[in-house]
Amino acid sequence: MSINWFKYSSPQTFFPLAGKLALGFGVLALLACGVGLYLGFFVAPTDAQQGEAYRIIFIHVPAAWMSMFLYLVMAFWAGLGLAFNTRLSGMMASAIAPTGALFTFLALWTGSLWGKPTWGTWWVWDARLTSELILLFLYFGFMALQAAIDDPRRADKAGAVLALVGVVNIPIIYFSVKWWNTLHQGASVSLTKAPTMAATMLTGMAVMAFGFWFYSIAAALMRARCIMLERERASEWVADYARGSG
Amino acid sequence: MLAALRCVIHRDLLLAVRRSSDVLTVLLFFVIVVSLFPLGVGPDPALLRTIAPGVIWVAALLASMLALQRMFASDHADGTLEQMLLGATPLGMTVAAKVLAHWLISGLPLVLISPVLALQFDFPQELLGVLALSLALGTPILSLIGAIGAALTLGLRGAGALLSLLVLPLYVPVLIIGAGAAEAAASGMGGHAQLLLLGALLIFAGAFAPWAAAVALRISVE
Repeated sequence: MSINWFKYSSPQTFFPLAGKLALGFGVLALLACGVGLYLGFFVAPTDAQQGEAYRIIFIHVPAAWMSMFLYLVMAFWAGLGLAFNTRLSGMMASAIAPTGALFTFLALWTGSLWGKPTWGTWWVWDARLTSELILLFLYFGFMALQAAIDDPRRADKAGAVLALVGVVNIPIIYFSVKWWNTLHQGASVSLTKAPTMAATMLTGMAVMAFGFWFYSIAAALMRARCIMLERERASEWVADYARGSG
Repeated sequence: MLAALRCVIHRDLLLAVRRSSDVLTVLLFFVIVVSLFPLGVGPDPALLRTIAPGVIWVAALLASMLALQRMFASDHADGTLEQMLLGATPLGMTVAAKVLAHWLISGLPLVLISPVLALQFDFPQELLGVLALSLALGTPILSLIGAIGAALTLGLRGAGALLSLLVLPLYVPVLIIGAGAAEAAASGMGGHAQLLLLGALLIFAGAFAPWAAAVALRISVE
């Protein structure tokens, strides 16, 4: 039996599936985030050096992971769209971008909230902070480019080229920033955490990471559904859906 | 094919000579931005000496970006670009030739005038060569990366501001390594590592950026 890999590459067939998946992953996200936050705030022990302030790690670190991971996923869909010329891939890429930017911003914001009590400053030009900031600019550039182009097909393709160029650049940016930081020797604080981490902390962080992951899938699919309706508004199935029979 | 490329470069240079005010505007912008910094941070020579490479590099970044918008715009407006897309010469090669011409017009003057500006900052004379060399290796990379951005934003409204948002984050490694070369030389470490890295980036960008810009041009013009 041959599998039709492209069955769900058409908006018409993907739209109902995306609705079901978004609901499922949304529920999973709520559960995982609830459990993760409970583990983080009530079960995990107080840190010997940082006291209670370290507990922001349960949001900060998963958000930072997701911010980088989502850029890769976005570039993957964008590249797929460019290679196979599928409509849906471009829609997925533009649906992921705002969530990625949100997590990047969240990582920067919680990072500065964490930095104030532990390092005594809101911001240092540390390699990771700086490259995270540049990642945020890359997300903004992608979204601004897509917003500026009226023709959705051109917007998808132009965004795809930009996302792929960005992916090639991210390692170069990261290493140059890291190297610049060690050259300048500006910040005396380091992000390296205590060598050993209690197992409950690690579990809490992993559960939160899964929660954020599920949330990203749900949010991206919901956004993709809106994009599908908007772009396919002239088609029959959207008319059926709008009448409530689709 | 080489004849076609020579033709593209010759044509772009000729156009620039006929409209030399465009070239001068970018150069003057570079000079003015650099001159603003002492007015902003104060005339203390020790401070100026330390910030000189960074200031000159940031100004070069901004000036190069100012010139980018014109890389494909006039060709797009009068239909030449479509002929290039249809032509027998591989588009990537044509783009590379246009980037080279663009650098000769907008990048090379910055490189040549940078030692004079560095002297205004009391930058040590024996290090002027390192600074100029880092700019000579770095500004072509800016033109190459910028070509992708210029091709993507071709014909869009608000293309100028959008272009800066797309291109400036990608310029970060060049800025860090380029400004780092003169800074390392000033601190006695020698800037060889940075200059070699800039050379590597130039080869990398020279191999891939024209190709990506060609893809972007086809998307923008189709």
